[in-house]
Amino acid sequence: MSAPVPAGTKFPAAAGKALADTQLRRNLRKATTTIRDKRASVVGELPDWQELREAGRATKERVLRHLDTYLVQIEESVTAAGGRVHWARDAEEANRIVAELVQATGEHEVIKIKSLTTDEIDLNGGLAATGITAYETDLAELIVQLGHDYSSHILVPAIHKNRSEIREIFLREMPDVDPGLTDEPRVLAMAARKHLRRKFLSTRVGVSGGNFLIAETGTVVIVESEGNGRMCLTLPEVLISVVGIEKVLPTWADLEVFLQLLPRSSTGERMNPYTSTWRGVTPGDGPQEFHLVLLDNGRTDALADQIGRQALNCIRCSACLNVCPVYERVGGHSYGSVYPGPIGAVITPQIRTGASKTDATSRTDASLPYASSLCGACYEVCPVKINIPEVLVHLRARVVDEKREHKLPTPEMIAMQAMKWVFDDAKRFERAEAAARLGSRSMARGGKIGTLPGMLGRWSDARDTPAVPSESFRQWWERNRAGGSGGTGSGGTGSGGTGSDRSGS
Amino acid sequence: MRVALFITCFNDVMYAKTGRAVVELLERLGQQVEFPMEQTCCGQMHFNTGYQRECISMVRRFADVFAPYDAVVSPSGSCVSMVREYHSRVAEVAAERGEDLSLGTDVAAVAPKVYELSEFLVDVLGVTDVGAYFPHRVTYHPTCHSLRMIHVGDKPLQLLRAVRGIDLVELPAAEQCCGFGGTFAVKNYQTSTAMLADKMSHVLDTGAEVCTAGDNSCLMHIGGGLSRLRSGVRTLHLAEILAATE
Repeated sequence: MSAPVPAGTKFPAAAGKALADTQLRRNLRKATTTIRDKRASVVGELPDWQELREAGRATKERVLRHLDTYLVQIEESVTAAGGRVHWARDAEEANRIVAELVQATGEHEVIKIKSLTTDEIDLNGGLAATGITAYETDLAELIVQLGHDYSSHILVPAIHKNRSEIREIFLREMPDVDPGLTDEPRVLAMAARKHLRRKFLSTRVGVSGGNFLIAETGTVVIVESEGNGRMCLTLPEVLISVVGIEKVLPTWADLEVFLQLLPRSSTGERMNPYTSTWRGVTPGDGPQEFHLVLLDNGRTDALADQIGRQALNCIRCSACLNVCPVYERVGGHSYGSVYPGPIGAVITPQIRTGASKTDATSRTDASLPYASSLCGACYEVCPVKINIPEVLVHLRARVVDEKREHKLPTPEMIAMQAMKWVFDDAKRFERAEAAARLGSRSMARGGKIGTLPGMLGRWSDARDTPAVPSESFRQWWERNRAGGSGGTGSGGTGSGGTGSDRSGS
Repeated sequence: MRVALFITCFNDVMYAKTGRAVVELLERLGQQVEFPMEQTCCGQMHFNTGYQRECISMVRRFADVFAPYDAVVSPSGSCVSMVREYHSRVAEVAAERGEDLSLGTDVAAVAPKVYELSEFLVDVLGVTDVGAYFPHRVTYHPTCHSLRMIHVGDKPLQLLRAVRGIDLVELPAAEQCCGFGGTFAVKNYQTSTAMLADKMSHVLDTGAEVCTAGDNSCLMHIGGGLSRLRSGVRTLHLAEILAATE
């Protein structure tokens, strides 16, 4: 996985840089708000949306529970339909398989459909190393590729660019572009269309990912909006699809649920413009050679985690990105992965294992579960009910448990242990409250504290903090209600001293 | 009905006035409230920051302290979410470690009896007009955990609408997180501040004098920003508005 920010950058540092980019902030706010509103409106049309979500979740859970069976079934059904199945343990193996398949055709170019899975394994980089050039045909992926840039969104890879920036990229990088190009969306799309048409008609090998794999029939399903996918799937002589092992659905009938959930959640459309489905090869029609590369790349590691595995339910709709208040402000590059946003924060640390795991990725990945205020907006919109906040806090515990192995405890570990010691005894807690009051007295001016020491200075950087009041609640209670009995105070007997009015009752 | 107040550690230290308001409000409504002095913290900060095994003893304390009561009321949607949604998970962590094997059973007995203030008033006591008087322009921020974890819905608004003299104005983009998020506000302070900036601008757009919510932690964050800006808007817990009378 190549990274758009320097390897090993922790999320807060990357986010801090992104937050300062005013153009990015405006682009993201506009785009996420638009998609968010569209989604809410089309989801609101379905009275059975919650039942659909539950059906989607249940199907995915069943798939993960019996993945071994379904994967063998897929291999049999694809083979029976005339395709060939290849198993790839990790990114390196997948890239080698695809490169060898392309080399066997004698070609040096491939056309590609937008595919996160091939981005995850940096297939384009892997192919380039063997002298094969991959051409992206999805409009946004083309913008990213021509701009020597990185995708920043699952559905809208160039969401961080506005149309005038896209015009500049086309003028600079697109061969034979009309120098009079304007930034009208239609004009930009037509320029890309003209540029891509030549590639579609001349390239003999197509590479895709896949949205769903139907175990029963061996069908691969791709949903898309532009029609470039349909071209890539039908014009080439050889088609290679790289698909994660978690994309399996048991039966053709399961699509009924998922083809309702996905378009409404992702583009905010009732149905996406192009849905392509194919089985193996059909003599005289479309590619005559079909290869399915089934990719693990850390997925079985995620599957082994009882709480974390629900992240594999993901159907890559990106609804969670569009509602995420963190994503909306920092964009996708800050997550240091092709999977950004809340879902990225729970997928990336779980699948970047084995050969993909380095000291640098570990640093980034340990920061990702904390890239959330745990507001829960992601869980609410997830079409397959991934409880992202639950997985985030679970992964935080994994990060902390790894730190327990270190010889020297971190300052945070020491502070948390100290607070646990305080909370484990009510008397100690009372004494700590008294200490807080004392400390506050030395820092407060006019009832508020302007600057806090140490790490808390980050908080007080933008916020005043109220001074700790001279009396805690429990002190007030003891004085006014408890009658010295502690713990069984009876209400309604205390009087005065509270500064609040009490109504006659 | 034996009713206990779970004040939360944070309110105990920083917002005693909210606790006093809850007590006075409930007494006004004819409820005798008890305050078990052995209570401390629900464990949320530790749990959400990744220190899950540290929570085991705190969750045990909570389950023991509040077991004798028919209802536990708390002026924090966030801490109530921790109790109702995650105390059972802490019990699982304990079981995985071979510790406190009865914690799961004890948590399951207590957690369903724990109510956020607006839930207790509307669902348990069945009141929306609590006889409050508060002649100010107020906007309400629905905090994330009260909204999306324990689903209080519009109960706080039902209560606010019945307050005499109040000028209640709708907060634009109300359901967006304010950016507090516990230790998130320190670990990701720049992102937290960016979220706070937008929340403050929405609050200021309403022309309200007071921004209220069911969680003092979110309010300390929003109010801290508004104070730094000398914006002339203050924050006040929902309980304090509901406790106010002529």
